[in-house]
Amino acid sequence: MSTNREEFNLGSHIGEEQVAGGPPHEHPSLGTELRGYIIGLVLAAVLTAASFWALDEHVIYGPGIVMALIVLGLAQVGVHLVFFLHLTTSPDNTNNALALAFGVLIVSLIFFGSIWVMYHMNANMVPVKALMQQRGG
Amino acid sequence: MSAPSSALRTGRDPYHLGHGPSTGAPEYTGHGGGGPAPKRIVVGYGFWIFILSDVVLFSCFFAAYTVLIHARNGGPGPAIFDLRNTAQETACLLLSSFSCGLASLAVGRRSLLWTEVALAVTGAFGLTFIMLEAHEFAGLVTRGYGPTHSAFLTAFFSLVGCHGAHVTAGLLWLGTMMAQFAAKGFKENIRHRYLCFSLFWHALDIIWIGIFTVVYLIGRITP
Repeated sequence: MSTNREEFNLGSHIGEEQVAGGPPHEHPSLGTELRGYIIGLVLAAVLTAASFWALDEHVIYGPGIVMALIVLGLAQVGVHLVFFLHLTTSPDNTNNALALAFGVLIVSLIFFGSIWVMYHMNANMVPVKALMQQRGG
Repeated sequence: MSAPSSALRTGRDPYHLGHGPSTGAPEYTGHGGGGPAPKRIVVGYGFWIFILSDVVLFSCFFAAYTVLIHARNGGPGPAIFDLRNTAQETACLLLSSFSCGLASLAVGRRSLLWTEVALAVTGAFGLTFIMLEAHEFAGLVTRGYGPTHSAFLTAFFSLVGCHGAHVTAGLLWLGTMMAQFAAKGFKENIRHRYLCFSLFWHALDIIWIGIFTVVYLIGRITP
């Protein structure tokens, strides 16, 4: 891994500068980079197919399907981040990874917080029909 | 910025532009030492922040859909969605994302022909996706299940429609990028613009993973 310099940055080296006067940058070879995208495509396709397949009730224990779908979805997000967006552990990516961690925090708060709060509010609501009858009568 | 920088800057790659610890002093990159990061890193970071804020926006729509999935006003639930259509849309967007990655490789190698070809393929898959989605929406509305029917359908059309609007905007951006590569070549600012576009396009596919998992698949098995 360390010899063929496989560390990409977010979005690969699309905008990379050639250092003036110096020898040209050693790009990772086309094969290396192409292999990364193909691995990503195959993994994503397999995970997608597994998601649609898991929906079939006979494959997985019924109550476990939702959790299986969530896990498969998160795995696919990881595949996209690594193989397509090139979010790696290289030093230049430290800030990107930190920003992502913060984004994940906010998204979790909004998503799971909403579900949690609204579930309890629904449970404590007076049914609308009962409310209407009370007012009418 | 004073003592070690002069020694570092005489090297041919003073900031170790994303290439591992090969020529010494790797502890400088990513820690603010050795001067500001290259513009490409800063541009990518800034656009990444925008994308994350967009993801936060989508998370609100996801939360609304999940909360309102039972608010059906006597109408149908997610059983009305055709999962075959969803699978086709998923395939289109995944292949489009892959092709966008190939375009990135072509841009990295300054090949105008392959850049334009890969971007055209990306756009074709994106357009197919939008047409499949428009077909699905039109079908739902003609069956009487438009966004005004119930809170559940409002949440559905807002979430999926917002993603569709993003893809449409991305297609316009993609056309602009093709024209700019053809007219201006691989100039630095154009490449930075393309870097942002590729981040945007890949991020849209990540949002779609959430949509087909939460809206269509989990929705299907929600009673």
